[in-house]
Amino acid sequence: MKPAPFAYRDPDTVDEVLDLLAEHGDDAKLLAGGQSLGPMLNMRVVTPAVIVDLNRVRALGARGLSAGAGFALGALVRQAELEDDPGFVASQPLAAAALPWIAHRPIRNRGTVAGSLVHADPAAEWGGIVLALDARLLVRRAGAPPRAVAAEDFFTGILETAVEPEELLAEVRLPPWPVETRWGFREFARRRGDFALAGVACRFEVDGAGGGCRSVRIGLIGVGDTAVRARRAEAVLEGETPGPDAFAAAAAAARGEVEPLDDGHASAGYRRHLVEVLVEDALADAWARDGGAG
Amino acid sequence: MTGPDPRSEREAGGPDDSSPSYALRAVGRPVRRLEDARRVRGEGIYVDDVHVPGMLHATVVRSPMAHARVRALDASAARSMPGVEAVLGAAELREALRPIPVRLVPDDRLLRYLQLPLATDRVRYVGEPVALVVARSRAVAEDAAERVEVDLEPLPAVTDAAAPPPAALFDDTPDNLASLIEEGFGDLDAAFARAHRVVRLSFRTGRHSAVPMETRGLVAVPDPGAGRDRGRGRLTIWGPTKVTHFNRGVLAAMLGWPEHRIRLVEPDVGGGFGARGEFYPEDFLVPCAALRLDRPVKWIEDRVEHLSAINHSREQRYELALALDADGRFLALEAEMTNDMGAYLRTHGTVVPGLSAGLLPGPYEFEAYRCRVRCALTNKTPTGTYRAPGRFECNAARERLVDRAARVTGLGPVELRMRNLIAPARMPYARGTTILGEEVSYDSGDYPFALAEAASFSEFRSNSAGAGRAGRHRHGMGLACFVEKTGTGPFEGARAFLDRSGALVVATGACDVGQGLETCLAQIAGDALGVDHAGVTVRHGDTDLIPHGVGSFASRGTVMAGNAVHAAVTELRSRVLARAAARLKGAADELVLDADAVVRGPEGRSCTLAELAAEPGLEAVHYFRSEQMAYAHGVAVARVRVDTATGLVAPEQIWLLYDVGRVVNPGIVAGQIEGGVAQGLGGALLEELRYDDTGQFLTGSFMDYLLPGTTDMPLIVHRDLGGSPSPRNPLGVKGAGEVGIAGVGGAIANAVADAIGDAEGGSDRLPLTPERVFERARAVRPTQAPGDARAAEPA
Repeated sequence: MKPAPFAYRDPDTVDEVLDLLAEHGDDAKLLAGGQSLGPMLNMRVVTPAVIVDLNRVRALGARGLSAGAGFALGALVRQAELEDDPGFVASQPLAAAALPWIAHRPIRNRGTVAGSLVHADPAAEWGGIVLALDARLLVRRAGAPPRAVAAEDFFTGILETAVEPEELLAEVRLPPWPVETRWGFREFARRRGDFALAGVACRFEVDGAGGGCRSVRIGLIGVGDTAVRARRAEAVLEGETPGPDAFAAAAAAARGEVEPLDDGHASAGYRRHLVEVLVEDALADAWARDGGAG
Repeated sequence: MTGPDPRSEREAGGPDDSSPSYALRAVGRPVRRLEDARRVRGEGIYVDDVHVPGMLHATVVRSPMAHARVRALDASAARSMPGVEAVLGAAELREALRPIPVRLVPDDRLLRYLQLPLATDRVRYVGEPVALVVARSRAVAEDAAERVEVDLEPLPAVTDAAAPPPAALFDDTPDNLASLIEEGFGDLDAAFARAHRVVRLSFRTGRHSAVPMETRGLVAVPDPGAGRDRGRGRLTIWGPTKVTHFNRGVLAAMLGWPEHRIRLVEPDVGGGFGARGEFYPEDFLVPCAALRLDRPVKWIEDRVEHLSAINHSREQRYELALALDADGRFLALEAEMTNDMGAYLRTHGTVVPGLSAGLLPGPYEFEAYRCRVRCALTNKTPTGTYRAPGRFECNAARERLVDRAARVTGLGPVELRMRNLIAPARMPYARGTTILGEEVSYDSGDYPFALAEAASFSEFRSNSAGAGRAGRHRHGMGLACFVEKTGTGPFEGARAFLDRSGALVVATGACDVGQGLETCLAQIAGDALGVDHAGVTVRHGDTDLIPHGVGSFASRGTVMAGNAVHAAVTELRSRVLARAAARLKGAADELVLDADAVVRGPEGRSCTLAELAAEPGLEAVHYFRSEQMAYAHGVAVARVRVDTATGLVAPEQIWLLYDVGRVVNPGIVAGQIEGGVAQGLGGALLEELRYDDTGQFLTGSFMDYLLPGTTDMPLIVHRDLGGSPSPRNPLGVKGAGEVGIAGVGGAIANAVADAIGDAEGGSDRLPLTPERVFERARAVRPTQAPGDARAAEPA
């Protein structure tokens, strides 16, 4: 379990990072927290010619409320930083609720949000979060203006994203938390901290007293090649009066629309079943919560 | 405890018969482990801490295929890489390769299934060694290993031990059955013919194994020129454990060397659990490379190779039938079992399925018993022992069957067992079966008392009438009674002497794999001489210390080495006192050896142990022999919560009641119990080594092979029942290393069945993964109604 030989570069600026990516493209791998890349190197699952270490690029460590009170997360922002940031927890309750489910604290101490997203494991919590939040992902390359990718366009295949080999996911932008939004997060893993067999991040608003659900977002993880939005389930719930019947109908729709993998951890049929259980539970959690942040 | 103490019935054969004749000062007390301080400070010396000047590093090239013919192996590119010293494949080593022999119960009929240290013409499992690369660093060795080209012609892979095989692993054995084992007694047909009802169960345990925190490793250090000069130099190997003397003998035979020229040294060891320390292919390849290169060579197993290279265990499937009379008494037990042996027989031969067959009847009376075992070869990693080998499996199967019978008869889990447990008055009890070539004879124990205590201590309550089984989250309780074989012979030795400062030194051939043997032996030795145990030095695991040793496995360390130490130091004490008597002009029996290592005689005369030890002669050697094992027993109880929507089983509490005879160190026993329970929960709920249909290994990392962590542990409470010292050794001890794990699988399986209902014909299978439990809960649901359980079971 020793990595194959590689060249190591540790630039100081984003521009230098982009230049290195332009030069090496597919032969380079970016190192942020190293929580996925490290084991993959040691097991020789990946054998990049060049490792470009981002950790000296201070600008990528920035985080904070952005214009319009959304939250911007630089490429080096660690999971644990957000967990420990009262400002983040107060303004992004759904993401904050999911954070403790991400692996274990020692992994969150090093692991980054952007790293998790570009690694694009279909079971990673951030996939479901960015889909449920309509996040935008800011991608940069040398000699070109930054481009923003909508979360729903970001995941393109198993461990594949819209980020090209010459590009850097520089910033994750979470939109302002809409007031009076209800949310739920549920996942199922055999042990706490394992990759989820299935998981759901959801939110919806309710029109006044006795009104229907709107702006329904349901992001699913662990049930296919990528994190996915459960669009049929969203449509089923949209406009419906919140309650057990509506949630059960949405959950059944979610079960029907996912195409989970059949692997050594769980069969596709069982994963579909979990989707139904988790969506129903997460929607019920959301409804039981007071609207608004926190 | 309520009611009369059932133990009072058998006071005649009671505890004090086997007490040593001296005062016990340390034995029986939870004294701190002497070896812990250096380990918790990070000062232990493990095999990877051994560095020798000029040392090279090895890595093993392993088969990527489950079953294939080896057409060619091309190492030329690897050999030409800078820093690569050698690539040893079949071409280089063929003449030197000898099959790795069976350590326990050798049998000539099994010879053809033994593993060579290196595959030559055929590979039979993913991970089988095909070459060894030696280089100046491990990283360079791994770079070179990637460039060793192995040309393989695939053959159909055998992955299901119970299905008709698509290929033969060995050409002369088309059915892949290495052996058939049959155990039994009584007239089975007659017993089934008069049965009031017969209860059946299909049961499987999943393939899993020990995952010691420290992986295997070796540092082979030849004296300069030892590989060429067959007359003189020696070969020292750091890293062996468990059975160092046996392994030295195997290596000596393979190399054609006399044993005394090879020294195996056990450093600190980060866990063994039965799997680590056997003679594996690397135990030949690494020393062989060191001799050929005339350089020290280190090999440290990494975790990825560990999971496919170390002995697997536990993959058994049972078809069981239990015949009962109208009063719920067991008449007969019939079992058909298939044990997936993997691709070769390793050092345990067919011992593990043999242990299952011999011990499946457990603590119950039967008029008749028969167990037939198919030892089936498959294209998977070969198998061996893992803590409570054969018993974790057979106890779980039997106890599930008994619980099903408890439901069918309506007697309930406690009452049905009470009617069938062997009564203490029947001890010693001839089981009528054989294990390890020895007739099984339970020596002592009050099994009904243990069960009564367990039921009362855990406030045992089952849902077997259907109550409590409603809603999404359901609770269940289950229990499992078990008997544990311990103290396997044939012998262990101890050499005891006073050094010139008067300090007591004890050397033994047993090994310390982390279980606390050093402390236990120091307690026994200190008490036997009459000195403070903390000042005793215990040396072990080094073949230069003592000419004969057997090792540490089968819960034998304290039983075998403990009694050897007891006898050797008792003899040493009599020599010390005889010498002191002459010097102090008194009779030996009026001398007092006080805690300051001073012998006090008549009229105020005294001398120190150091003064007595100034002249040679204060040493003693004793080899303790045992013809029959000591049998511990106990009861495991589990309470679980099952989420029937997901199938997730959360163990909430485990109770473990045990009787291991005289306890040398209650603290160490507690550690053994808790560690055993933890590993048992792993096998019951999480751990499974899986293969796909082509024999590809699917669980090569901790992402896929799930171990229980500290946060997965429920509350574990345990209680020493005491009361039945073994009459088979002077200390009255029984082994405690495996009682923690032996019953956990059965208790958990019964608790889950109690929570969700007992699905007839469902796959009763460990580990109880969420998906399996969900499927079972769903299968039960439509027919389940309170009180309907009895009707569901045909007689």
